[in-house]
Amino acid sequence: MKPVATPSIWITVAVLAASAFGAGLLLLHPAAQGQGMPTALFWLCATALGALAVWTLRRVAALHGTRLDAVLTAGLFGLWVLYFWQLLVVAFEVPRVLLPAPSLIAQSLIDNAPKLWGDFTQTVLKAVAAGWVLGCGLGFGVAIAIDRLPFLQRGLLPLASLTSTVPLVAVAPIAVMLFGFDWQSKAAVVVLMTFFPMLISTLAGLQAAGKLERELMHSYAASYGRTLLSLRLPAATPFLFSALKVNATLALIGAIVAEFFGSPTSGLGFRISTEAARMNMPLVWGAIVVAAVTGSVAYALLAQLERRAAFWHPSIRGQ
Amino acid sequence: MATTTDLRQRVLPVAAMALAAVLIWYLGAWVTNAPGAIERVLAPAGIPWNWQDLLKATTGMERPVLPAPHQVALDFWSSLADWPVDSPRNLLYHVAVTGETTLVGFVLGTLLGLVLSVLIVHSRTLDKALLPWIVASQSVPVLAIAPIVLVILGSLGFSGLAPKAVIAMYLSFFPVTVAMVQGLRSPQVIETEMMHTYAASRWQSLWLLRLPAALPFLFPALRVGIAASLVGAMVAELPTGATAGLGARLLTGSYYGNTLAIWSALLMSALLGLALTSLVALAEHLVLRHRRQP
Repeated sequence: MKPVATPSIWITVAVLAASAFGAGLLLLHPAAQGQGMPTALFWLCATALGALAVWTLRRVAALHGTRLDAVLTAGLFGLWVLYFWQLLVVAFEVPRVLLPAPSLIAQSLIDNAPKLWGDFTQTVLKAVAAGWVLGCGLGFGVAIAIDRLPFLQRGLLPLASLTSTVPLVAVAPIAVMLFGFDWQSKAAVVVLMTFFPMLISTLAGLQAAGKLERELMHSYAASYGRTLLSLRLPAATPFLFSALKVNATLALIGAIVAEFFGSPTSGLGFRISTEAARMNMPLVWGAIVVAAVTGSVAYALLAQLERRAAFWHPSIRGQ
Repeated sequence: MATTTDLRQRVLPVAAMALAAVLIWYLGAWVTNAPGAIERVLAPAGIPWNWQDLLKATTGMERPVLPAPHQVALDFWSSLADWPVDSPRNLLYHVAVTGETTLVGFVLGTLLGLVLSVLIVHSRTLDKALLPWIVASQSVPVLAIAPIVLVILGSLGFSGLAPKAVIAMYLSFFPVTVAMVQGLRSPQVIETEMMHTYAASRWQSLWLLRLPAALPFLFPALRVGIAASLVGAMVAELPTGATAGLGARLLTGSYYGNTLAIWSALLMSALLGLALTSLVALAEHLVLRHRRQP
């Protein structure tokens, strides 16, 4: 990439302010409120605003990169997408079934807050949390247990890595059969889905400590447990956290898909599938927003925890 | 010599584990089916029974809570052998439906991922505006959007393969995009500078340097992508009330409490997943055959 001359930050700010002003003005146009047909002038303004939006993005992206700038560009892009979504969906009078405007989704989120909160407790606080903790705990425990038994390791690892090619969500109907319709069956699916990634990552992490450090522990006459606690587990933390993060997403997917196979009358997956069948799309989008925010927040929390726990590790220090 | 150590080092442990799994499965079948077997098979017969009868009854029920391995194998085999291939009773028919969706979605997703990654590598704006969203969307349960995609495409007049393939596509394009962005950036500065001294155009340096360098990154992503595409294809069959495909088979099995059908479909989807990933691994082997092992 060619080095670009640093553009003046004040021009960027001015362009941003101008585009925000224009965007606000255009929203006040009757067509953007859903009253009356959009005129040619409206389209002209919308196109001009679109060009302006691209220009602001290019300017902000060209700012010299600290971490904040990266967040700024992505955030600005997200805002523009939301804005044009709202503007065009209302102006084109896109049917609500097809794509509801963001304002409608937000309205439905507020109106159905108690319902969605019930779904959230059912799916996330019960099924996902229990399954995730149990699955990751079991994966970790089994990995530690078989760490000393090469025979078991050699036997289990190929089988465990095979499971990554198998669509494990398909066990959901079996889990429903065995554990009933309530959250226990969803938690069972989540346990199964999160167990193998955790097992594989932990075993890989336990091999991560360097030979030099291990020999040092050996020369201190450190016991197996002492070496594990003081050297190998700390060295494995990045592996553990990457599995925990991947599993957080997997657990949500597992629980939501498992609810497609049958569930009590609450739960995010239940809400999504039944409201989609009733064509109540704003609420479906609302449930998806809840799921997306949950996934992102869980990921961000774990990433933050990792930064605290493995602050000394080169992969964290490098950031 | 090498084969005997191979046998002892690899095959033996795996075989032992697989055997243990089957034993645990049998044990589970006995335990979970016992109450039902006593209530429905042994008690109505009215004659006294011992534990051998119980064992036999628990592994031979028509609708067990947990079928025994040999029952699943028999059901699996009978669905393949006793029905013509184009019958909905034959699992191969469902494999064809799901496999078609998976492959179409996978190819589309891979193409989309390739195009996106090339654009991202060449545009600073897209890199900073779009890539963070693509990465963040990894932490979002994308499968939840499946019903919406089905409704939207359905009301636009698409039905059948297209909506399912779209869902499979958007599950498989993430890994390809992220890995290819990394791969296309993997050439060293010295190599890109050499291309520069040759006055290579952007297009040439993409084709001659970046793409070959990205291949080792691409194939692991393709393996992940095709597995994700299969999951997407199966889940896409759930809310549509589709009558064909492995996912639909799972759903009907779960409606009618037909555990044997569920387990057979599960076994079949596992085999399909294995076959698809092996296909990608084979392609990787053929393409990267001439590369030096690092």
